[in-house]
Amino acid sequence: MVCAYPITPQTPIVEYIAEFIARGEMKSKYLTIEGEHSAMMATVAAASTGVRTFTATSSQGLSYMQEGLFYAAGSRLPIVMAVVNRSMGPPWTILTGHDDSIAQRDTGWMQVYCGSGQEILDTIIQAYRIAEDERVLIPIMVCFEGFVTSHCYEEVVIPDEEEVEEYLPPYRPAYKLDVEDPLILTTFAPPAHWMGYKKKHDEAMEAAKKVIMEAEEEFAERFGRRHGGLLQAYHCEDAEAVILTMGNLASTTRLVVEKLRREGFHLGLVKLRSFRPFPASELRELLGKVKAVGVLERNYSVGGFGGAVYHELRSALYGLNGPRILGFIAGMGGKDVTPSEIEAVAKKTLRAASGERIEGEVEWLLGGMA
Amino acid sequence: MGKMGDRLKAEYKSYRELPITPLIKAGISKFAETPWHLHGRPEVDQAKCIGCRLCWLYCPEGVIKVEDGRVEVDYARCKGCGICANECPVGAITMVLEAENPAR
Repeated sequence: MVCAYPITPQTPIVEYIAEFIARGEMKSKYLTIEGEHSAMMATVAAASTGVRTFTATSSQGLSYMQEGLFYAAGSRLPIVMAVVNRSMGPPWTILTGHDDSIAQRDTGWMQVYCGSGQEILDTIIQAYRIAEDERVLIPIMVCFEGFVTSHCYEEVVIPDEEEVEEYLPPYRPAYKLDVEDPLILTTFAPPAHWMGYKKKHDEAMEAAKKVIMEAEEEFAERFGRRHGGLLQAYHCEDAEAVILTMGNLASTTRLVVEKLRREGFHLGLVKLRSFRPFPASELRELLGKVKAVGVLERNYSVGGFGGAVYHELRSALYGLNGPRILGFIAGMGGKDVTPSEIEAVAKKTLRAASGERIEGEVEWLLGGMA
Repeated sequence: MGKMGDRLKAEYKSYRELPITPLIKAGISKFAETPWHLHGRPEVDQAKCIGCRLCWLYCPEGVIKVEDGRVEVDYARCKGCGICANECPVGAITMVLEAENPAR
């Protein structure tokens, strides 16, 4: 069942799926609805009957769903949702930023960030397998930048339906509404139990790390494409400084890393794909011996002291005598992030790696507005 | 799914034994007693009762039975809301406070 309410820049997803279903090309019910709060709750209701579900939204639509996001996660329903990232207004914008989905970090959903059309399609297929795994049973957001990724026409390999069905086993729900054996769902938990349910949810989130890697491995075997699972590391083996970023900023950063490596700099890149679950132990292993990390991200917690990924990476590496960590806030509200800006980020991180004292931990890439 | 339906009895020894999310079989009040007499228990003066069934119609819990003109309240499931006493047109139902109120 697909239920979604159109919002820019997610709209083409809703339009195309509605068309596929209307033409009989996609076997699904499509439910038109009056807003995102209802869209999420109707998706929760449909998922409670034991069927596969999909929805998609952006920005204000995502925040309007928020109560339902907790409902879906607390009900442990493996809903798959595309989040086409757009910065939260006001100031009004329809352009990208990860601040919309990062604001939903604590709803208990998994979050994967993608950077290309192929990665999105492949990750959506993997997302069902990961979310529906009996060790996980957690809803998942597949996030990608509005317009710069969502409206960028590119070649995408579409796998055969039969092959996808072999990769994706039939969904066996943990529970379902059944008129023959009726249930009361998500009822009151007494104080002695409430935290226990959250602890189980957290353990399932931890188990999801293994399931994400298994899904990646089998996908690579069957379809011959890899996206990295939890994260993608590029030239990290001998790196003194590493840029860590999410989504399509990783593509531009990869070019910058290639250029600077040709110039002799020991620079690497980590494209963080899974923000929830946060691969803390994997990042400790990967970055523990690096001298400096620059976190380049499209979100900021106003009144905090950096973006969410910067916060979490520092928490993960705290007390390990690990790398110096610098924060870079970029690309929100549709702001371009140019190769020369990323090169400056890389050079500053390399300076920190060489032991140079850097004033200020977090820098805003404001381009011509600095 | 573990012990659906037994959940309310709080008998788990560890959070690991909990079901994936709180689920109970529908119709739990068929086997679980829920006597919360918040405003006392409705007592019926059968001599005054005219058998109009308004109490039966208004009871939000569906715990009033009228058989052969006689009104019977299932006190094991009555919540003591007092609506029946309020609606009775002849004042045949009185809410009687209990010495020990099991309301939670």
